[in-house]
Amino acid sequence: MSPGSAAARILVAALACTAAQAQERGIPLDRLKSGSAFLGADLRDLQADDFANPGMLWVERGEKLWREPAGKSERSCAGCHQDAETNMRGVAARYPKIDPASGKLLNLESRINLCRAERMGAEALRHESEELLALTAYLARQSHGVPIEVDIGGPARAHFESGRAFYYRRHGQLNLSCAHCHEANWGRRLFAETVTQGHPNAWPAYRMEWQTLGSLERRLRACLSGIRAEMLPYGSPEYRDLELFLAWRAQGLPVEAPGVRR
Amino acid sequence: MRRREFLTGLSGAIVLPALPRAAGAQVTQLDPHVWAITKGATVRKGKVKLELPQLADNGNSVAMKVSVESPMTAEDHVRSIHLFSDRNPVTRMASFYLGPRAGKAEVSSRVRLAGSQRVTAMAQLSDGSFWSDTAEIVVTLSACLDES
Amino acid sequence: MAARIQMPKQARQGELIEIRILIQHPMETGYRHDDVGHLIKRNVINAFSCRYNGEEVFRADLSSGISANPYLQFYTVAGASGELEFTWIDDESKQGLERQSITVKA
Repeated sequence: MSPGSAAARILVAALACTAAQAQERGIPLDRLKSGSAFLGADLRDLQADDFANPGMLWVERGEKLWREPAGKSERSCAGCHQDAETNMRGVAARYPKIDPASGKLLNLESRINLCRAERMGAEALRHESEELLALTAYLARQSHGVPIEVDIGGPARAHFESGRAFYYRRHGQLNLSCAHCHEANWGRRLFAETVTQGHPNAWPAYRMEWQTLGSLERRLRACLSGIRAEMLPYGSPEYRDLELFLAWRAQGLPVEAPGVRR
Repeated sequence: MRRREFLTGLSGAIVLPALPRAAGAQVTQLDPHVWAITKGATVRKGKVKLELPQLADNGNSVAMKVSVESPMTAEDHVRSIHLFSDRNPVTRMASFYLGPRAGKAEVSSRVRLAGSQRVTAMAQLSDGSFWSDTAEIVVTLSACLDES
Repeated sequence: MAARIQMPKQARQGELIEIRILIQHPMETGYRHDDVGHLIKRNVINAFSCRYNGEEVFRADLSSGISANPYLQFYTVAGASGELEFTWIDDESKQGLERQSITVKA
């Protein structure tokens, strides 16, 4: 065997090994970067400014709503959970997760609405409504700095696989999968923007493009519209499954909510 | 300015909303928005410092700081500071009115910028004189259409 | 209108006070269109004022050139103990009002 073909075989074997590992995680855990690393100094500083971060307007509202009685029960969130700063710390970092009672995969928004329906006799808050955004922002804020850690075992596994399949599937007129931008080309330019790794750790976030705070689901819809794919309706299970996959993919990244993004 | 409007503008198919000046033309002392304040008095460069980032992630919200060298005493202070855009549909973006009670002639805010442009800050001092500074900024547009 | 204010609760006589305010308001430019192509009417906070024990210490004319959820940072000098009153009004004549007390020591 000539030295050239031996080297070629070693190279192929080495590539096959790394490819097998890459199937596990498209971006290795030690190479994870939050979206803030791709922002200009102005927006990065704005996010870090606890006063001027516009998302804090919703966090403040959420704090009030937490203590407001709602629905037939006349109970408030605080009525059961007491002080959110102590009791809700770390909670948002573990969502989406399976609700043991119903067996459903819940994200933060649907968890809030489930509590309202079942425990408070209150009506569900609409997607992207000021109240739901405020409560989500407030809860996510309580996990500020906590590393994301979701459970993909047991009943969550099927949702995780479904979310992963969605992530790697091509969608829309531009026929792109999420991976095309956020795994194969993160760090590179798309027109004047630098493509991020697409992590969920800063959501809900104040998006400059929206000039308001919005949920992760809204951001995923925006991505779909960007690749000229049909935006699935709010509340579609595809979004929740995808959110679970994204949270797994971002394992260890600290929660930064409320984020500030372009 | 939205990317879609920008692209259709290029194709010539859409009439852009009426602007007070040709896009890109500089704000000068002769500009009617400036003249309305100065009444023709000379505006000199200096004393004012306008700070904007060189590159904005998004034109909807850009950090702006304007400061004027002044002891801010009753005899010598800044009366007002005005911000002008040479590209926004509304030229006079804001006016801030200070006085000796302000203590420091510095105002910060976040502004909307309809594309890459030069922003002008003009201050009037208590002696009636006008001073200005400009800052150039590149404003990038969003790469993807967002219809969420 | 929801607003956040950051300023010291107390200061020494003659000390410079930094005031920051963040107001929740869409600052609708009047140049945007809705889903069916109709122009969304302009509605911005057009005037803002800060009075210290009744005396105006800062005033601003604002336009659509100021970002949504407007942020302002300005200064005043600590005089007597008392109250700072922040008022603003938008194109629909909706008014905002916030008050903050300050204790000034000699």
